[in-house]
Amino acid sequence: MTRFLRPLLVLIGFMLLSPSTFAETPFPTVHEPSDESLKCIQPEDEMRRNHMNYILHERDETMHEGVRNEPGSLAACIDCHVEPNANGEIAGIDSEEHFCNACHEYASVQIDCFQCHADRPQKFIIRNDSSAAIKQQLLQTLAAENNSASNNSSEGVNE
Amino acid sequence: MFDSKDTAPAKIDFFNLDADADNVNISRRDFLSKTAVAGTVAIAPGVLLHSTSASASGNTSTKASGEEVSSKNRWGMLIDTAKCADGCTGCVDACNEENGLVGHDRPATDTQYIRKVTLKEKSTGHELSLPLMCQHCETAPCADVCPTGASFVRADGIALVDKHICIGCRYCMMACPYKARSFVHENVDSQKLTAPRGKGTVESCTMCVTRVDNGGIPACVEACTEDNHNAMIFGDLNNPESDISIALKARGGKQLRPDLRLNTGVRYQGL
Repeated sequence: MTRFLRPLLVLIGFMLLSPSTFAETPFPTVHEPSDESLKCIQPEDEMRRNHMNYILHERDETMHEGVRNEPGSLAACIDCHVEPNANGEIAGIDSEEHFCNACHEYASVQIDCFQCHADRPQKFIIRNDSSAAIKQQLLQTLAAENNSASNNSSEGVNE
Repeated sequence: MFDSKDTAPAKIDFFNLDADADNVNISRRDFLSKTAVAGTVAIAPGVLLHSTSASASGNTSTKASGEEVSSKNRWGMLIDTAKCADGCTGCVDACNEENGLVGHDRPATDTQYIRKVTLKEKSTGHELSLPLMCQHCETAPCADVCPTGASFVRADGIALVDKHICIGCRYCMMACPYKARSFVHENVDSQKLTAPRGKGTVESCTMCVTRVDNGGIPACVEACTEDNHNAMIFGDLNNPESDISIALKARGGKQLRPDLRLNTGVRYQGL
């Protein structure tokens, strides 16, 4: 019996370890904040493993006791990590480009946070409007920021 | 005695104005009588509301952002129906904007945190207009009936729904005598940062809790003041020097359905 089983196991082992298997599931690229001076509250390894604990702990203290200066807030994650790409498009939670969804899709772990919470920084959200209008507003905001960086523009658009 | 018109779904039959007004708010009167306020405030009511001495005390929260809320404060609102303009929806619009409330043209089920109600006294034809929202009861029926503990009253008197643990059973909507709560029937996106809300949970006026914690006032009160109607005052009911306490002491304020003894945080003048 074992005479047949052993070569079979070796064969399966080779199949699992072959490079082509790894190539089919690329590790997601995670968006880093464009402002490199921004530092996360914890090292990357720690955040990858334990971010949910930071958020969950804060959730109850904020909701029930009104404590509002906790360092690990969901809104703060979103503020740094969710930014428009080079084309001025910003990914919603349904997109694989979204900071949170990139890994969660890869790990096949469903997140419910964004059924209620905002998935983009507030300045990139316009309610009651189509995505086209959101994009236009976004481009205007970006243009205004670029202008104000170089010189004082009269067409400054505030969120 | 009163009946209502042109309001959203509810039949407003809860203005039990026959209840003995002297019995309302016993605990607060107790509190005030025991509190030695230096000197009697005896200025005309109009002056009282803008009393300069009250500017720094009790009108907004002064807690540090890392501090827990406590029962030292009891946040409340006072609404002067005489100043509430008929047809004005400034407070409602401000609330919808602040909380990102979007309707689906279904008046029976669309979310409303605050609504305008017009009351007409049948015998005289006298009409009143007033905003109606969560009354932020001290002994809140919504919190009593909630099977999961999602409905609760914060230490400083603000009634909230913890949507993380709300299962959407809607018992609280049944229990609320003011029909102040709404259920979210549809998926929601593009929420406001300070107003998370999603399908399958119950929600109601939060007295703009994030604003309050950060030393601000609710959006409805702000809008009413900006429109120069000044029909709404926000402040600390536990602080005898706050504008709201001074106004209540000078001219009183009724609870809706005082017979239920809920000790509401929202009070009305001119009912």
